[in-house]
Amino acid sequence: MTKTIDNLETAAHPENLRRVAIDPVSRVEGHGKVTLLLDENDHIHQVRLHIVEFRGFEKFIQGRPYWEAPVMVQRLCGICPVSHHLAASKALDMIVGATLTPTAEKVRRLMHYGQMLQSHALHFYHLCSPDLLFGFDSDVAKRNIVGIVAAYPEIAKQGVLLRKYGQEVIRITAGKRVHGTGSIPGGVNKNVSIEERDYLLKDIEQIVAWSRESVGIARKLFEQNLDLYNNFGRFKAHTLNLVREDGAMDLYHGGLRARDMDGNTLFDHYDYSHYWDVIFEDVKPWSYMKFPFLRSLGPEEGWYRVGPLSRVTQCDFIPTPLAEQARKEFMAFNGGSAAGATLGFHWARMIEMLHSAEQIRELLLDPDLQGTDLVTKGKRQERGVGVIEAPRGTLIHHYKVDEHDQIIRCNLIVSTTHNNQAMNEGIRQVARQYLDGRKLTEGLLNHIEVAIRAFDPCLSCATHALGKMPLEVELLDAVGGMLSTLSRSSDGVFSN
Amino acid sequence: MVPPVLIFAIGNESRGDDAIAPLLLRRLASWLETENIAGQFELLEDFQLQIEHAADIAGRELILFIDAGMDTLDPYSFYRAQYNDSRTLFSHAITPEAVLSTFRQVFQKTPPPAFVLCVRGEQFELGAPLSPQAEKRMVLAWELLHALTRNAEASDWENRTTPV
Repeated sequence: MTKTIDNLETAAHPENLRRVAIDPVSRVEGHGKVTLLLDENDHIHQVRLHIVEFRGFEKFIQGRPYWEAPVMVQRLCGICPVSHHLAASKALDMIVGATLTPTAEKVRRLMHYGQMLQSHALHFYHLCSPDLLFGFDSDVAKRNIVGIVAAYPEIAKQGVLLRKYGQEVIRITAGKRVHGTGSIPGGVNKNVSIEERDYLLKDIEQIVAWSRESVGIARKLFEQNLDLYNNFGRFKAHTLNLVREDGAMDLYHGGLRARDMDGNTLFDHYDYSHYWDVIFEDVKPWSYMKFPFLRSLGPEEGWYRVGPLSRVTQCDFIPTPLAEQARKEFMAFNGGSAAGATLGFHWARMIEMLHSAEQIRELLLDPDLQGTDLVTKGKRQERGVGVIEAPRGTLIHHYKVDEHDQIIRCNLIVSTTHNNQAMNEGIRQVARQYLDGRKLTEGLLNHIEVAIRAFDPCLSCATHALGKMPLEVELLDAVGGMLSTLSRSSDGVFSN
Repeated sequence: MVPPVLIFAIGNESRGDDAIAPLLLRRLASWLETENIAGQFELLEDFQLQIEHAADIAGRELILFIDAGMDTLDPYSFYRAQYNDSRTLFSHAITPEAVLSTFRQVFQKTPPPAFVLCVRGEQFELGAPLSPQAEKRMVLAWELLHALTRNAEASDWENRTTPV
């Protein structure tokens, strides 16, 4: 559908406009590309976030025996393999008709909170802190982790050690640092020994303390730059996330809750095993990534936002004391303004990191982790759906298995796909606020990237070969001729 | 006490030639056992390098990163990795040099000598098999790995470096 200039999705006369591409977006995973169409007066007519690489997840998984899936799906993504591992396991729990034992569920939860902790730590401390602590258009030579280490050495060190701790939780619960086999259909294949528990307990108080300080840093950033943080890329969105039966935040399991942009509940505690009755996926010719929407609102109006900002603002409470206190302060801050701000993602993400640290501490003290009843089975089913709140948002795995135990159909809706339209809305808002009518500079273009990074997108899953991940900005004339180009290599060096 | 030599293999075995390093590492693990020298080495595999790998460097005497590269010379490049404070992190994945820099900056210590064995790859798509070219290059890379692990000394490794 052709849109008006106001919403910046599709320009009315693109043939008369210059094109600027940010290709690929840096400090997000994979190959995102942003294109801007500008007229001769630098007014912006079209802004799009494109996903360059087609992932082919479903083809990769179809035809394999179902019990391989929890291990194989980890190879889809080098950023959040544990989330795929657990979402696939949950779907296959349904296939094998299992109801998890307390030990199995708690070991999986521990693994999940380890993943949340390390993912959120990396994002805040090392991918976003250069923008947040130095400024979006600060000297690009310093706007990086090296600059952070020089100016804020303790913050940089905490980021590394928080990340390392989360990885240790994963190693112990999944059995290995990568290619973990800990979660299997119907349960887990190992418990947590006393020695492993004590090893993790040794540092958990420090981890909780650092996580609490991180919430404080995020809040301080808001307080010091209230106007910027409230308004940067701000837009209203419907929301989607899992909640526990009592409405509490639950990142591992629950029912689906959707609310419209005014806070009205669209559905609540919805059984995700029939997610397709409430969520559908649209396609657009200019992007490989699908555009999910809430069926009741339709493809044009039904897009929504997932992830930390949705989860923290839409749960009724967080079931750990420090994170709950932080949530209340977040929701009350400046009349609730942070709860709708794109940069509110960062604060919300740190509240979730604190919650994850608290959950790890609570679980480590639970003797069920040392239980020996690890796997159950029940009546075999042909279809299974697993949903989990991954670091970036709701993650859906859906499998159909034939009588030979082969996966014959597979559908994955990953967190970043849920946020596809929301990210596009965010960058269009930033384009209106900061770029329209101005000569483009690296600092201004970085504003677009800052908006995308707030979502912590994982745009394609992890091929990391050396030599990839540059940033290229091309300025073309109306007929496609190159006017100028700016490149940044993977080690951060700019050249013309 | 950690083993003095740390060998990282970086790659995803379900993404075509990105499997080069994990496959070499697993073969190496078996070989080190049969040679009865496994105790000198710690072998770590991951999909990609990230900041926490800096913590794995602590206490080591020598580091080797094995990876696959798109623009690498055929069949491979073997070179000394230098930490460089001008290098920056722009992704969820970082370079060996950035890991060394992170180690130096965060732990305030000079990282141990570190080398990169980067084998040229051709295809990296999800579900792609190992390319025939990569299989041939792995034979040559394996010969180098033999030599490196038989004499795990920075001075010897320095003499074996190749053009980048």
